[in-house]
Amino acid sequence: MAWTREHHHAAPDRLRGRWPLLPRGCLQNGNPVMKRIRNYSELTGEDRSCLADQVAAQRRQVTERLAAVRHLVAVMSGKGGVGKSFLTASVATAMAEAGGAVGVLDADLHGPTSSRMLGAARAPLKVGPGGVEPATGARGVRVMSTDLLLPDCAPLRWREAAAMPYVWRGALEAGALREFLSDVAWGPLDVLLVDLPPGTEQLAALAEFVPSLRGVMVVTIPSDASLRAVERALTLAREAGTPILGIVENMAGYACASCGVVTPLFIGGAAARLAAVSGAPVLGSIPFDPAAQCATDNGRPLDAGPATAAVSRLAAALLTRMEAS
Amino acid sequence: MKFLCVDCDRQMVFEERQVPADGTLTVAFRCPMCRRTIAMLTNPTETQLVESLGVKLGGRPPLLEPMELIRSQMAGGRQDAFADEASAARAPRWDEAARHRLDRVPSFVRATVSRVYDDYAAERGIGLITPDVMDRARRDLGLEGM
Repeated sequence: MAWTREHHHAAPDRLRGRWPLLPRGCLQNGNPVMKRIRNYSELTGEDRSCLADQVAAQRRQVTERLAAVRHLVAVMSGKGGVGKSFLTASVATAMAEAGGAVGVLDADLHGPTSSRMLGAARAPLKVGPGGVEPATGARGVRVMSTDLLLPDCAPLRWREAAAMPYVWRGALEAGALREFLSDVAWGPLDVLLVDLPPGTEQLAALAEFVPSLRGVMVVTIPSDASLRAVERALTLAREAGTPILGIVENMAGYACASCGVVTPLFIGGAAARLAAVSGAPVLGSIPFDPAAQCATDNGRPLDAGPATAAVSRLAAALLTRMEAS
Repeated sequence: MKFLCVDCDRQMVFEERQVPADGTLTVAFRCPMCRRTIAMLTNPTETQLVESLGVKLGGRPPLLEPMELIRSQMAGGRQDAFADEASAARAPRWDEAARHRLDRVPSFVRATVSRVYDDYAAERGIGLITPDVMDRARRDLGLEGM
């Protein structure tokens, strides 16, 4: 008996659809033969959705956009409050003062400070065929930050479901980082510094988007607490194969505003111990200078002082290290 | 993903994508042989999953707005963050009733749905979006019944 369209419609629900409608005559031992359904690989037509291809295209867009960036360096620490953003902004400014074309990508989406530290105006960002023009800060440093996209002091929020927001948040933030890399018209740059948030999550995403990542500059303060947190982050970075360009010890001491003498602020030698563990050099030791902190917080270039001199030496050491690696 | 017409053993071809004003997504495929059409329907959660990856079912349009993901998914961003949005004075306005109706759309796809109506109105020189305009958009764009 052939399984015909009439049989199909008359069959109970549990059977309907189990045998596809076959032409008459497709029988084996009197029973309708189950037709083999071709699988995905056997269909040779175009997969218009092909999500994997779309994701690959996104990655290619990042690579194409950054082709004119000579060195892309991440500034990271395993710990918050060590001065990553201060160092990123001041090193960028020092490099620009020395004649380099420099950009800063503020990857700390929830705690963005780079654009203000660089004194970038919060004017509307121009959007053209070449992408979004970044803002321009002190000494011509180009900068992109969520601080430019949000009202003053407003937190970053996503349009997400009230239920299961954690499901989407990681993907959205990785996507935001990707768009900062691929959709901003960075132009030809000698150095693009990426100011990472505390921890290592964004480093993993950055390394995936930018296989040509030159390396990381790791920031610590002298204390043992910082040493332990930063060493964890260093271990993860090394396991991921990310080159460690060097260690920077921030707040290495307190620079007196009157006489400039530097006295200890924290007890500990974290930078030297991290350098010994990682095999990377200590690139610089930056004293805490209230005047420098105030200037950066207000988007003003650093005046001459012990911190400024140390930052200039750090910028030069980082450039030398990048050229050598 | 691909769709196969089992009866004809032919791969179905992409027909169209629709974004109903309820946070769901509709992607239609047609068999080139028997002309049978099927539609894949995603619920708001599934739609959000795709949106958060920055990809589109049925393929991406050739011209993309820079920072499309950030601009469509960031809540509470500055209205004047981008220079092209600073020309919001030319963009359609929404009356209270239309805004109230839009507020019923799930929050995580509201921006996308809003832009469907904004684009419809802007293309036709409509300055004020009302419920009537929304109904016309749904009719003209084939979104009725959704």
